[in-house]
Amino acid sequence: MAVLNEEQTMLRDMAREWTTNESPVTEWRKVRASGDPKAFDPAAWGTMAEMGWAGIIIPEEHGGSDFGWLSAGLVVEELGKTLTASPIVANTLAAAAITMGGSDEQKSKWLPKLAAGEAIGTLAVDEGRGSDPLTVSGGKLTGTNQFVHEAHGADLFVVFADDGVYLVEKGDGLTLSDRKLADMRSHAQVTFDNAAADKLASGPDDLAEQVLDRARILTAAEMLGMAQHLFDSTLDYLKQRVQFNQVLATFQALQHRMADLFSDLAMMRSAVEAGLQALDSGFDVPRAACIAKAQANDVLNTMSREAIQLHGGIGMTDEYDVGFYIKRARVLEASWGKSATLRDRFATLGNY
Amino acid sequence: MATQLADTQATELDDFRAEVQQFIADNFDPALKGTYSALSAVEGPTEENAAQAKWREAMGAKGWGTPTWPAEYGGGGLSKAQNKVLQQELGKAGAYNPIGGMGVMMFGPTLLEFGNEAQKKEHIPPICRGEVRWCQGYSEPNAGSDLANLQTMAEDKGDHYLVNGQKTWTSGGQWADKCFAIVRTDRSDKHKGISFILIDMDSPGVDVRPIQMISGSSPFCETFFDDVKVPKENLVGEEGQGWTIGKRLLQHERTNISGGGAMARLMGASLADVAKTYLGEDEQGRVADPIIRDKIASFEMRWNAFMLTARRAVEESKAEGGVSEISSALKKLGTKLGQERSELMIEIAGMQGLGWEGEGFSEKELKETRGWLFGKATTIYGGSTEIQNNIIAKRVLGMLDHQ
Ligand SMILES: Cc1cc2nc3c(=O)[nH]c(=O)nc-3n(C[C@H](O)[C@H](O)[C@H](O)COP(=O)(O)OP(=O)(O)OC[C@H]3O[C@@H](n4cnc5c(N)ncnc54)[C@H](O)[C@@H]3O)c2cc1C
Repeated sequence: MAVLNEEQTMLRDMAREWTTNESPVTEWRKVRASGDPKAFDPAAWGTMAEMGWAGIIIPEEHGGSDFGWLSAGLVVEELGKTLTASPIVANTLAAAAITMGGSDEQKSKWLPKLAAGEAIGTLAVDEGRGSDPLTVSGGKLTGTNQFVHEAHGADLFVVFADDGVYLVEKGDGLTLSDRKLADMRSHAQVTFDNAAADKLASGPDDLAEQVLDRARILTAAEMLGMAQHLFDSTLDYLKQRVQFNQVLATFQALQHRMADLFSDLAMMRSAVEAGLQALDSGFDVPRAACIAKAQANDVLNTMSREAIQLHGGIGMTDEYDVGFYIKRARVLEASWGKSATLRDRFATLGNY
Repeated sequence: MATQLADTQATELDDFRAEVQQFIADNFDPALKGTYSALSAVEGPTEENAAQAKWREAMGAKGWGTPTWPAEYGGGGLSKAQNKVLQQELGKAGAYNPIGGMGVMMFGPTLLEFGNEAQKKEHIPPICRGEVRWCQGYSEPNAGSDLANLQTMAEDKGDHYLVNGQKTWTSGGQWADKCFAIVRTDRSDKHKGISFILIDMDSPGVDVRPIQMISGSSPFCETFFDDVKVPKENLVGEEGQGWTIGKRLLQHERTNISGGGAMARLMGASLADVAKTYLGEDEQGRVADPIIRDKIASFEMRWNAFMLTARRAVEESKAEGGVSEISSALKKLGTKLGQERSELMIEIAGMQGLGWEGEGFSEKELKETRGWLFGKATTIYGGSTEIQNNIIAKRVLGMLDHQ
């Protein structure tokens, strides 16, 4: 665990207390059972916004709480532990794009609403195959994006077209069709048909890439929470399950597997925290993002498989939580850069 | 007041930096740059040339080879801040620390903690000057991972102990002047019957037989003790306290080894540069073999995550006091990554990376082959990976033994 200041410790403790008491995995079960395509509980999101989390990286002048990225990561990690469904990551990324690339007008129009939880933003970045290319002409956007996270609840889409990043409001010219993934969260194919699009004009040339780096790092923080939870709950399980008249935790074959997972998790945590700290300091972000997301992908992949195996038959039941984590894990692993893609980028950044 | 104090400290550090720079200019022959081999510690003593001897003696006289040890015993007596300046300046000049070995890495710190005044006065200064070689008499044929099972016996004969038994895997035993050993002084209790003693390797009855390793060199030995007389004043701490002292020494050993991955890295150029040399580049300047390129990136990213973890362990233990709970994972991760790097190096160079001796290979290539094989030891000694796993599982995760 990174060494935290007082404010960060308080924030982390508050998030932990809230998720433990108000948003355990049973809350996600209720959301899933409701069949609501938004796939989160608006009341819970309202509470999160009140606690300042919707505007966690938004500057204070635009109504945000401006706690910084490490703080955002701490909150998202806690939410990941209990699989709390919310648009917090999507919203934070949309806000980051506007903060970095928006004009004063765009900022004052959108950031206060996003910070207050009155509007929800998300990124529409093409991650699927077979999409129509996005083209903009005369301020109108046309094309298709597959698999947009949190699309059903979103009021604002931050769209990556090939000549820049655009803001598109929910409304005319925009159609959603469900893409139901294993994690049962909100994903949709979004089709833009001459939708009014407002270009983010004042950002850096590589704005899209910079937003993606933030997506990689913040998603890695959610994955860290999931991995930590899987580790802790598997360890607990092994300490109470008795077979052969022995608590399973006393078997060396299992002890060594847990020691391996413990060590991997230590590296994942370091990589993710370093990524968040890189965002706060602005130092060497692209490389830090590759390392954080690739570690998160690889360690959570192993952790989620081992967790099911070590739970035995009960791990295969829908009644038990562990399966929820492996399903969400794979969706996040496929988001914003698979490990192979990140290794390619890391090598390119290193000139080899 | 506070700023005044800070200013004074800053000026003092500036003065110290100037002193170090002058010292290096006076004593370090720039021709020695890059001549230090990370393997020299395990390959035994090599002929020292005049320039190397001068450098070692100068550093030893200052105590700067053991910069933070107390000056009264021959150490540098430097503060952390001063040591940082020293290391920075040595680095800038391409100068290496010529004073090392087990005396510096493990025995010295342990003796400073547990030794009596006379022992410190006698043994620490020669270590600081790099004049005496120590070896470690711990392992025995039936006491490896289960070290406390050792049987070498030290019998109380009034003014001396009479030592009989066999140690094994004694690294550098054939070149060592002295041995720090754990021996049995009482057969009735496995742990409390162990004592920590110091043995002169030229005592009558000490017989050292080198064993050849898979890397071709023979730095580790079987050591036999046949009625060896060890004076009572060579007992460190109390009789029966050897297990506690011996374990503390192992902590120093482990800390040094987990940095061993870093050593492996210093040994060579960047993997990507090596790959470009052996495999060529494509038009975009990428390593021509995409699979190797991918493996290099994978290694480098995990290496970064490891270094970040090592740094985090230091920050955590500073903030919270005591040892970080991940320190036990570092030895295992670092040694594994070091081995992975060597394997990747061999894969990149192909046959050219497997040279054993003779024509057609550069000196660097031959070293790399030996280093690859020697590196296999890092996951065995200093507490094997499996033993680290036991420690993590039991002490950190609370997974207990069978009831
Ligand atoms: C290059 C080299 C230099 C060395 N230098 C020195 C030296 O200078 N001085 C010195 O005293 N010693 C030295 N050693 C010895 C070293 O500390 C021992 O080799 C080490 O402690 C392991 O003991 P062992 O070789 O007897 O293996 P064993 O203990 O027999 O282990 C064999 C295998 O079983 C595993 N194993 C053992 N116990 C357990 C367990 N409880 N649970 C699970 N797995 C287990 C081990 O991890 C290993 O894989 C050196 C070793 C090497 C390789």
